Amino acid sequence: MPEATEADDLDPGDGVRIDLISSERMEGLATMEKIRMILDGVHEGNIVILEEGLTPDEESRLIEATMAEITPDEFNGIEIETYPKAGSRESSLIGRLMGGDGGANKLTVIGPANQIQTLHKDETLISALVSRQ
Amino acid sequence: MGLFTELKDSISRVTDRLFSAEEPKRIGIYGPPNAGKTTLANRIARDWTGDVVGAESRIPHETRRARRKENVEIERDGKTVTIDIVDTPGVTTKVDYEEFTDEMDKEDAIRRSREATEGVAEAMHWLREDVDGVVYVLDSAEDPITQVNTMLIGIIESRDLPVLIFANKIDLEESSVKRIEDAFPQHRTVPLSAKEGDNMDEVYDSIAEYFG
Repeated sequence: MPEATEADDLDPGDGVRIDLISSERMEGLATMEKIRMILDGVHEGNIVILEEGLTPDEESRLIEATMAEITPDEFNGIEIETYPKAGSRESSLIGRLMGGDGGANKLTVIGPANQIQTLHKDETLISALVSRQ
Repeated sequence: MGLFTELKDSISRVTDRLFSAEEPKRIGIYGPPNAGKTTLANRIARDWTGDVVGAESRIPHETRRARRKENVEIERDGKTVTIDIVDTPGVTTKVDYEEFTDEMDKEDAIRRSREATEGVAEAMHWLREDVDGVVYVLDSAEDPITQVNTMLIGIIESRDLPVLIFANKIDLEESSVKRIEDAFPQHRTVPLSAKEGDNMDEVYDSIAEYFG
């Protein structure tokens, strides 16, 4: 696996950087650490792909944190896409009673709103157009 | 937290909602921008209190601060249900001030976008902390399967909040209530036109049934 410093050395003018973050790396992080890592990446113009998506609670905190960081002419927010969670439509009362946080077993793509545009999305495919700034 | 503690807490939350009739329920009106949330909030408030909640506009993010109309008493079948309506800003993951520059100068557009971002953050915070139920308003002329909608419905479900989906703008030719029912079949969908006042009887029946 390449060292993070090698990736950091790349000139962003060469293209769009994509960070694919494994579930293992996310596992040990607290909610705000995950959100900070995502937003730091997006602020740098990167596309962040999470092998394991965020829980609903983390998603709501990500929206809240994103709103706090929007600044005119600099950062106007994020685009986020995930596959629909399998079985969510059959969510049972028992499942909800068990206090389920919804789980986070879906791949998630997050990028700067001014650079990423979703072209197509269904249960098995997310097709996105990524442009340089 | 142990399994039994979680189960006990969950059951306790559900029973609290079912049996604590003394306090008005805080019902958050959530949904994407321009779905007609404020028009609906005003329609309900006007019908039952003679007053309105806030200004309506075709420009996105007209509602930039959550507004509350307290003690709205809705009478159905001789029974009165009291709710506090919380009209929230349209939830989004991005706000670009340039969206508003056709309608106003740059300074006002920037101010509007700043207020909108604060309003969305506040609405998300309240969803986690401060609402007892949700009316999720969708524009039935638009595709409901968007990331924000699926994410918001997921967040609401994860909090065990009772939720009604309102398919608004059925007066529009392109409206498709079925598209919304198919997108979220796990929830009850009520068609309406908040602007025209169509199907408001069913709206009030369902509010009384779900949140009473």
